[in-house]
Amino acid sequence: MVKLVPATWTTAFVAAGDQVVFMGAFFRNIFRSGFEWNEFLRQSYIIGYKSLSLVGITGFILGFVLTLQSEPTMREFGATSFVPSMVTISVIREIGPVIIALICAGKISSSIGAELGSMKVSEQIDAMEVSGANPVQYLVVTRILACIIMIPLLTLMADALAMMGGFAASNMNNHLTATLYFSKAFSALRFGDLIPAVAKTIFFGFAIGFVGCFKGYNSERGTESVGVAANSAVVSASLWIIVLDAIAVQLTSVFAYN
Amino acid sequence: MVKTLVQKINSNVVNKPGAVVAIKHLKKSFGTKEVLSDISMSLYKGENLVVLGKSGQGKSVAIKCIVGLLTQDSGSLKVFDEEVKDLSEKEWKALRMKIGFLFQSAALYDSMTVEQNLEFPLTRVLKLKDKQEIRQRIEEVLEGVGLLDAIEKMPSDLSGGMRKRIGLARTLILKPEIMLYDEPTTGLDPITSREISELIMEMQKKYQTSSIIITHDMACAKITADRILVMNNGSFEAEGNYEQLESGSDELVRSFFK
Repeated sequence: MVKLVPATWTTAFVAAGDQVVFMGAFFRNIFRSGFEWNEFLRQSYIIGYKSLSLVGITGFILGFVLTLQSEPTMREFGATSFVPSMVTISVIREIGPVIIALICAGKISSSIGAELGSMKVSEQIDAMEVSGANPVQYLVVTRILACIIMIPLLTLMADALAMMGGFAASNMNNHLTATLYFSKAFSALRFGDLIPAVAKTIFFGFAIGFVGCFKGYNSERGTESVGVAANSAVVSASLWIIVLDAIAVQLTSVFAYN
Repeated sequence: MVKTLVQKINSNVVNKPGAVVAIKHLKKSFGTKEVLSDISMSLYKGENLVVLGKSGQGKSVAIKCIVGLLTQDSGSLKVFDEEVKDLSEKEWKALRMKIGFLFQSAALYDSMTVEQNLEFPLTRVLKLKDKQEIRQRIEEVLEGVGLLDAIEKMPSDLSGGMRKRIGLARTLILKPEIMLYDEPTTGLDPITSREISELIMEMQKKYQTSSIIITHDMACAKITADRILVMNNGSFEAEGNYEQLESGSDELVRSFFK
């Protein structure tokens, strides 16, 4: 018999189909009665509060380094005064959301993948299912929604700290006052810059939570699969973020800046 | 000889009335590996049925089909006269409330205390809201398994035997009519194994359950079995009570008693 479709294609189609089914289960269970508020708040605390230091330090250093790197070049053109607005716009529009999302993919997506993977291996998810409880509602919906809400908040905090970092670098080199730095930074920033930037972080949050849950929930039996689930969660979530960002930039340039 | 015995088992066990679980010509494969080649069996009300067999013979697969964790490839599987492959999601949920499943690893939710583990099915499945009633039911079932003082402990603080007892308590808290035990004494020392076997009998008398006990522990089989089915290579090869099988001439069956 002649094979019309190569085996790798079949695997890819099956994997894509599984993801669509899983996504359907997530959306169906959001609106079911008995939303798990306590678990949602616990996950929001783990995903949001416990990532504060990592995201905060990253954001601050991002602004700091970007300012230090761009200042010498800008000085050559006599455009040092544009550094605050340039750093602010690049961080808020692009670098902040993407870098923070990638960091969160590494920290949160892998952690969700490993946690659900080990629950699968130790039959805890099966135990929930056979008891008649709804594991998707308890484990998946709460984690994805917590990511959708926490990733934008973490990004906004990182953006603010990146501006602080930018100010620290400018102040160190040029003895710029805080008032002057921030007035320059905000003068070039439009409210319209913030909306698409925050909107795409909502999708990044969904990707981070969804991929982590999907990989963990569908991991194979055996302890090795926990590591595989965590690893592939990071890789897939990072890829999703890059692709979503490319789409978001295209859409933004068509609708927001024209 | 084996073939005749299998046919005898199939014809004897599936035609009697009063079966709470009735399986006819059930087949299940994973890829090209056939795990259940053709099994037929029944579990009668109030009966303790032990399924005996070496590891990897398909014993656990059979009971996972009963509870819907796996789907059969062909054959009939009726629980309380309902064909399980025809059940909707809602009907499965209702049916699962009548079936308890004790996993080999006990499958306790390791992020929850013992109390929260027991509270989980009460609040999610029975939708109980009265805190006092919930606490009373938890204490009652913990007292039954002799572990009331472990109520505040985390699963990681419990020994293997204690985990099995708590797992049993979590299953029995929903007062199921059928209990499925997946190797309840595996990994335990002989004294704890006997205690767990005796506890199974005690709980069966208290809650009037019908049970299928998957094991290869002969001490457990001796204490718990009303009837024993011996599984080999995905099908049943012998049936009888403990004494009948012990005095039988079949080589495979006798090897369990050595």
